[in-house]
Amino acid sequence: MNYKQPLELNGLLLQLDLFLRGNLPPFWASLIEGLLILIAVLAAYAVIALILIYAERKVTAFFQARLGPNRVGKYGSIQSIADMIKILIKEIIHINRVDRFLFYAAPFFVICASVMAFGAIPFGQGLQAVDFNIGIVYVLAVSSLGIIGVLLAGWSSNNKYSMIGAMRSGAQFISYELSAAFALMTIVVMTGTMQLSEIVENQRYAWNIFNGHIPAIVAFVIYLISGHAETNRGPFDLPEAEGELTAGYHTEYSGMQFGFYYLAEYLNMFIIAAVATTVFLGGWMPIQIKGMDTFNQIMWYIPSYVWFIVKTAILVFVSLWVRWSFPRLRIDLLLNLEWKYLLPINLVNILIMVLTVLAGWTLTDLFPNLFGNG
Amino acid sequence: MDDAVIEEKQKLTVTVVPAQAHPLLKALHDHKELSFDYLVALIGMDWGDKLGVIYLLSSSDNPDKEIVVITATENRDNPLLYSVTDIYETAHLNEREAYALLGIRFINNPDMRRFLLSDNWKGFPLRKDYDGSPGLNPITVVNKEITDIAPRIMEDANGNLVESTTKIFEDDDYIINIGPQHPSTHGVMHFRTALNGEVVKKIDVKSGYIHRGIEKLCESLTYPQILHFTDRLDYLSANINRHALCLCVEKAAGIEVPPRAEYIRVIMDELNRISSHLLAFAAHCNDLGATTAFIYGMREREHILDIFDKTCGGRLIINQDVIGGVMFDIYNDFRKDVKAFIPYMRDKLKEYDDFFSHNPIVLRRMIGVGNLSLADAVSYGVTGPAGRGSGWSCDVRKYKPYSLYNQIEFKEVIRTEGDSYARYMNRLEEIEISLQIIEQLIDNIPEGKILATVKPVLRLPEGQYFQSVETGKGEFGVFIESKGDKYPYRLKFRSPSLSAVSVMPLICKDELLSDFIGIGGSMDYVIPDIDR
Repeated sequence: MNYKQPLELNGLLLQLDLFLRGNLPPFWASLIEGLLILIAVLAAYAVIALILIYAERKVTAFFQARLGPNRVGKYGSIQSIADMIKILIKEIIHINRVDRFLFYAAPFFVICASVMAFGAIPFGQGLQAVDFNIGIVYVLAVSSLGIIGVLLAGWSSNNKYSMIGAMRSGAQFISYELSAAFALMTIVVMTGTMQLSEIVENQRYAWNIFNGHIPAIVAFVIYLISGHAETNRGPFDLPEAEGELTAGYHTEYSGMQFGFYYLAEYLNMFIIAAVATTVFLGGWMPIQIKGMDTFNQIMWYIPSYVWFIVKTAILVFVSLWVRWSFPRLRIDLLLNLEWKYLLPINLVNILIMVLTVLAGWTLTDLFPNLFGNG
Repeated sequence: MDDAVIEEKQKLTVTVVPAQAHPLLKALHDHKELSFDYLVALIGMDWGDKLGVIYLLSSSDNPDKEIVVITATENRDNPLLYSVTDIYETAHLNEREAYALLGIRFINNPDMRRFLLSDNWKGFPLRKDYDGSPGLNPITVVNKEITDIAPRIMEDANGNLVESTTKIFEDDDYIINIGPQHPSTHGVMHFRTALNGEVVKKIDVKSGYIHRGIEKLCESLTYPQILHFTDRLDYLSANINRHALCLCVEKAAGIEVPPRAEYIRVIMDELNRISSHLLAFAAHCNDLGATTAFIYGMREREHILDIFDKTCGGRLIINQDVIGGVMFDIYNDFRKDVKAFIPYMRDKLKEYDDFFSHNPIVLRRMIGVGNLSLADAVSYGVTGPAGRGSGWSCDVRKYKPYSLYNQIEFKEVIRTEGDSYARYMNRLEEIEISLQIIEQLIDNIPEGKILATVKPVLRLPEGQYFQSVETGKGEFGVFIESKGDKYPYRLKFRSPSLSAVSVMPLICKDELLSDFIGIGGSMDYVIPDIDR
């Protein structure tokens, strides 16, 4: 069934591709397309960060019975832009007795890892920079590179707070990376593919979280917890626990170097929410019910990227809600939570998922007429 | 003890020679029926011909029983007294303070560095012959190295005095500075912390970064002029501190305070206590990483500050109490505002309970953390909600009732667990108790004068006067020695925060770094109260 999709961008992109390839040799066309994609990804990265920072400040303010930014622009809407300009023109303070090379290199590890993971996210129909057949593994791999930057920052800063922060971060990241990966693998067991675009396509009539019911819901919750922990945000913000370690691993950074950490933190929150959306909540796929063409058509009038952004925004909101409700965990509680609870639950959960799939108890197997793809 | 002089002054006073002070205090401490196991204050004195110490003792079971022990030495060049650190732990920092300010060294104190002043300070400020010219102790822009070697003077088995030194930290200790500039030290406090991984191995308390010499300044000011200094000690209990000094002077001068003023004072005190506890709650939550709870505490506190603002124009430091009464009468809608605040606050206390107090992370981070036993609480003199969290019934309002407190029905909040959670819950419950106290008073404020007639130049009769009150942090005391002048001869403040800080190395040992911060929040100390 082909639905009308008036606001989708993939037609436009196709025309651009045809235009470039029609007028340029294949090498140059590919190069220019690559550059355009790069610019688009970086622009999206910066814009989403700005929006997230503004949203977080506003949402936090309402949680805390405050008003939040309300001076620059209407409702403080361009506060983030003002802050961005400020941080761009800020002086980078050169610290004595640091390991210069590592100190300056560290923020780039963090930001690069974050951008690389960002590129693999399917924002909408055809809006995905990299679509590997092992997409999930790729996202997990590149996002875990960021920890190198954090460890380097802690080590090279020659500051004891930074060092403790980085060590905490290392322990935390490695632990929770396991859980996050296992939670995603649970879904891979069900979908049988690691390609993000295919995963989205498979969720046309039943989101994975419903399709896999109990084990999928458990995996979803575990992914949210461990994803949240991976982003180093409260209640898992031990590496930068401002009450204990002043600012943890980025204590000594200033100006845009600090800005990189800050940006990466927000974008990682977004990436975690986006991956959760894609893998569990149907990604950019509109809500569709088999056989109800009119309803489906109405849903398709809403473009896919809007679906994606709305679902992701809800998860980001949940993340903020958690962050501003709970006090910080202690390092031993944090590791207990992972190694004593999440990881064993996860391993059992994978087994349950395998059994569910083998026994044909997923919704698509049980009710092919209602939820089956095809 | 034959040569002890026993006098019945304001309190029972015993004067002994230095060599007998330690055995006497030991005997008082170990007495079976009435053990004087609580050293309320250790006051260093310069009487001109003699340098000495006044020990104000009390009993943890009967905090209303008090005894004063005085000892002094005539040797001004090398004054030596015996340390009582082995009997009362709280003496340790107090003796170091007496050394810094008066130059009295204490034999057998294990670490005789100067407290509050830097190691190379010239002269002893509280001595009457102190040379205060700025040239002697110039302001330096050079970093001062912190020495880890503490001098001490010990008595060996044969009774000989041996000067020696001791190391504070091992050479290979991993030391981090929590403070003096740190988000969680609640002021300019400096904890040098040796870590073993993330576990606290040892803490060295260093204070004095905002030492203002208030006690020295007081010696050249008249009593009404001194009042404002009390606000700047524990600024969160500003009004209650001020009440203590007013009471002390009024008692000494025999001034009768009009009943209306008493009512206003107590209501303001209790409001002040609520605001202090709210800030303690907020800061404690913030130390545990719960920023939202922090803002909640501040939000409620704002209502109290508004009431203060409308009454006397001040918010934090309100200059309300003066000798003989209060400075400002209550405004017309005062009763209405306070009555509106009471149900509002009750509602919010419930919200704190729902939102924070039973959160699983909070429970894990507070229950069984920072355990302070009753014996240690008494020995370190930890009073207030923290002392009562260890099961020590030490509310000054109950035991030494001042102002209107003997006419009011209220419950003393006591918990016996001795952990962070007990201290935390004590504060929240005390807010409720304070609300009940205000409820009893607010409708009965009598009409009449708010200020007794007080002579413009106030001279206190010769003698020693001590008055303590219950602030948000614990027992705050004012000691005045008067020679019949319009200035006090010596004025000393008993700081509850000093005790709270002095116990930190004990209760934080072998806890994780995060818990050290959390325990600090639960002890709720205010640094200007220490750095008088």
